[in-house]
Amino acid sequence: MAEPLLRVDNLVRRYGGITATDNLSMEVVPGELHAIIGPNGAGKTTLISQLTGQVMPNSGTIRFAGRDVTSLPSYKRSRLGLARSFQITSLLKDFSAIDNVALAAQAHDGHSFRFWGNARKETRLRDIARTALERVGLGKRADIMVSQLSHGEQRELELAVALATKPQLLLLDEPMAGLGVTESARMVALLKELRKEVTIVLVEHDMEAVFALADRITVLVYGRVIACDVPDAIRRDEEVKRAYLGEQHAVTRHD
Amino acid sequence: MKPKLNASNVVAALMCAALILLPVYSAATGNIFILTLFTRITIFALAAASLNLIMGYGGMMSFGHAAYLGIGGYAVGILAAEGIGSGFIQWPVALVVSALFALLIGSLSLRTRGVYFIMITLAFAQMAYYVASALSRYGGDDGLTVYKRSDFAGLINLSDRTQFYYLCLGCLFGGLYLIWRIVNSRFGLVVQGVRSNEQRMQAIGFHANRYRLVCFVIAGTICGLAGALLANNTDFVSPAVMYWTRSGDLMVMVILGGMGSLFGPVIGAIVYLLLEELLSQFTEFSGLILGPVLLLIVLFARGGIMGLLGRMRRG
Repeated sequence: MAEPLLRVDNLVRRYGGITATDNLSMEVVPGELHAIIGPNGAGKTTLISQLTGQVMPNSGTIRFAGRDVTSLPSYKRSRLGLARSFQITSLLKDFSAIDNVALAAQAHDGHSFRFWGNARKETRLRDIARTALERVGLGKRADIMVSQLSHGEQRELELAVALATKPQLLLLDEPMAGLGVTESARMVALLKELRKEVTIVLVEHDMEAVFALADRITVLVYGRVIACDVPDAIRRDEEVKRAYLGEQHAVTRHD
Repeated sequence: MKPKLNASNVVAALMCAALILLPVYSAATGNIFILTLFTRITIFALAAASLNLIMGYGGMMSFGHAAYLGIGGYAVGILAAEGIGSGFIQWPVALVVSALFALLIGSLSLRTRGVYFIMITLAFAQMAYYVASALSRYGGDDGLTVYKRSDFAGLINLSDRTQFYYLCLGCLFGGLYLIWRIVNSRFGLVVQGVRSNEQRMQAIGFHANRYRLVCFVIAGTICGLAGALLANNTDFVSPAVMYWTRSGDLMVMVILGGMGSLFGPVIGAIVYLLLEELLSQFTEFSGLILGPVLLLIVLFARGGIMGLLGRMRRG
């Protein structure tokens, strides 16, 4: 196996009496799409937030691209090429779509202590932003305020913002959350394209999407890894069925 | 983007034209009072505009902004009292000391958010107030008379009403231009982005507080300039200019005119100080009327007067 791009060792994060991340270790190799699944409350978002530095672990280490990033603040990890999207859409609501993306490009283009020139007229940043917007199918919505975009468009914009930082590793926290059938299909198609260029960690509840996209799947239950394997093996795994997939199937049968 | 022909831009343009032509009107009618009143208004408009930079664009609710008025003023007053009358020394000192004070309180207060930030900035301004009150060599509580206005080696005579008015107006326009450039620059977009969603800005790679601090220092420095002008205008500086109610006045001007709008603080300062002046002729309790006006603005016209105008459509 290739040298891992991301390596997590014995990560622990407690909230009061609850252990949200319980001695968790995992690896992400370059080029793969690594899905993380697990029932609600399994600690998926907590894990992502520790990977990007919004939440600090109680113990354990996170190595990214051969470097220990465990104690680095999130803005520094972003500069190293670690980008995330948020489960609950987190954008600059009173800015236009293209402003959101251009700012992400700006963050990775030297310091921003430039006080004079009009940043909205910097064609280089705008071009990067436009390309990223077109990538996710928002080319025509560039000048619309984020607050005026539909939920689906905001999810796509989240992705464009992450892409504009030219990440080595893209952490996507439920990009399909709240999307309709057509929108979900578009998102899956988009991720299929993106995975050719960038290593992706995908947290997702939509099992169909996960099994269609993932090279490997890690299953989390109560903050612990109970399985990590290729999709077919995960499908057959008895423990996974018991802990998660069975439960999920039971839910779908009710529909 | 070309400026659009909407109500708020028309009002801003008319306002600027009126401010430029005011001395002509004053000379033609012999109305000196209006010139002195508007000199004071332009100075406070500059101070309010600087507060708007951090409060409106940066989302930093500083409740101690009047401290810089005092610091700029005392820099001029103290140097004048010590026999250094040159504006070329006084004014740079006023700016530098204001910047350093902003750096000090900014680096401490920006660790906090929300109510705590408001309280810490307030506490620092009150500390500055009490320090000034304790300066017995420079008048203490009673304040310090500035016997001679800043001397600019014959370039400009600050004791000439018209020249001094145009100096204040020039500083106001210069300050507004600077703020306009800043808010549209890379730096300005970062500061506004942090106001909108700090977590997001960190996640895409910005060290938010570094930008907020620099913005805080720029605003303090501009307000220090307003302080230097104010001391020259009143020929006097006292701890009262730093009192928390003064900071409150500045906040009211910004909110009244429109937070996060370039000309909002100017129109806010004009309306607030004119109302104060007019009402004081009829009643001692001008606050009884000013208070409800502010309440109505906050309740029904978020975005202040400029916000109201912006919503007006043609026809």
